[in-house]
Amino acid sequence: MADLLRQAWTVARKDLLLEFRTRTALVSALVFSALVLTMFNFGRDPTAVATIDLAPTILWVTFTFAAMLALNRAFQLELENQALEGLLVSPLSRTSLYWGKLLANLVFVALVEAVGLPLFVLFFDVPVGRVLLPLVGVIALATIGFVAVGTLFSALVIRTRFAELLLVVLLLPFLVPPLIGAVQVTARLLGGRPLSEAAGWFRLLAAYDIGFVSLATLLFPFTVDE
Amino acid sequence: MSLAHKGRRITLLGLVLLAGVYVRALAFTPLERFQGPAQKIFYLHVPAAWSAMLAMGLVGLCSILYLIVKDLRFDRFAAASAEVGTAFSLVMLTTGPIWAKPIWGTWWTWDARLTLTLFLFFLFIGYLLLRGAVVEPGLRARYSAVLGICGLVLLPFIHLSVYLFRTLHPQPIVLKPSSPSLPGSMLVTLLVSFAVFTLLYVGFVTQRYALALQREAQGREHA
Repeated sequence: MADLLRQAWTVARKDLLLEFRTRTALVSALVFSALVLTMFNFGRDPTAVATIDLAPTILWVTFTFAAMLALNRAFQLELENQALEGLLVSPLSRTSLYWGKLLANLVFVALVEAVGLPLFVLFFDVPVGRVLLPLVGVIALATIGFVAVGTLFSALVIRTRFAELLLVVLLLPFLVPPLIGAVQVTARLLGGRPLSEAAGWFRLLAAYDIGFVSLATLLFPFTVDE
Repeated sequence: MSLAHKGRRITLLGLVLLAGVYVRALAFTPLERFQGPAQKIFYLHVPAAWSAMLAMGLVGLCSILYLIVKDLRFDRFAAASAEVGTAFSLVMLTTGPIWAKPIWGTWWTWDARLTLTLFLFFLFIGYLLLRGAVVEPGLRARYSAVLGICGLVLLPFIHLSVYLFRTLHPQPIVLKPSSPSLPGSMLVTLLVSFAVFTLLYVGFVTQRYALALQREAQGREHA
């Protein structure tokens, strides 16, 4: 197990290092989420809809799109110079390859969200101070769900035509359960409702994460083996 | 008798029997007291939904079996089932709103079952798109099996989350017809229709499977 995690970390570190050296994808994703947030501001009638009613939607649609944008690159960079083949013949286990990719994607999406959340608070003046901890918790749970399925699917579509478009079409239905859960919890948190009211949704999010991380770990080898 | 031939026979028999279901449903089954003639669509809608669900279940099952034994027959069957399932879900998704407008007063609501069936349709489409995008047969079989299994696991999650979503926000309209204990004659019509739709499913899938075999043979000839 320790071996597995160390290998996974090696893969994740490699991906993140590449990312931080070029920063193209990260900066694009950050700017993208900032732009989506501003689009939301002008995509509503401020005199008719109170910001607080729309806030969970704004936050989660932005995060969903940002996550999908990030996931496209997970295996894209392994296509050049047959880097993926290199990874596959290395003594890495398939599980640690998947977990490494998952981890790198999680860090990537978490960074985008770490900038997106303050921007969201700034643009829409949403009071998150009191509920910051549970809010971060629900963001983490939903993001794990998004990224677990997304990492698996980005390995699926990588060798197909129209990979980017196909990933979105395949992935969006799978983001619906975590999205519903996250929006429901966020609405309750921002509305000042007691945390216990959201307990059922937290359980659903956790069940989704456990279910799909295990399933994806199990299925991932079938997507890369020759 | 070739497989394609068998499939055509089964389908033909299914279609003749389907005409019988129409006749029985329209002429020999009593009118529902509250819904009137609109309720007749129920004898098509529910069996179509059943066939679509059956199709998805078998796509998932064949996907698991394919990954275990790597037999292309399972892949062919899953592909056939997904295509037929798409057709049945379209029947379900078009007959549903036609009934819902006069009875519920709206074409569509985001009820758990409706949402589930809509996503069933999206999953079928995604599955077929993925198959179309991968050229190499072995790779295609493996990729689509992975997606098929994920889809099967996703559906209960969607149902559960939308169900929770709804029950927390009660709607003014009655979302589900309270599961009525059907009077005998209606139940018979429904059951006959179930059988006919299952037969049609078998007929369509057999034909589609035979077509896949023909295409593969043709591909080998050209190669």
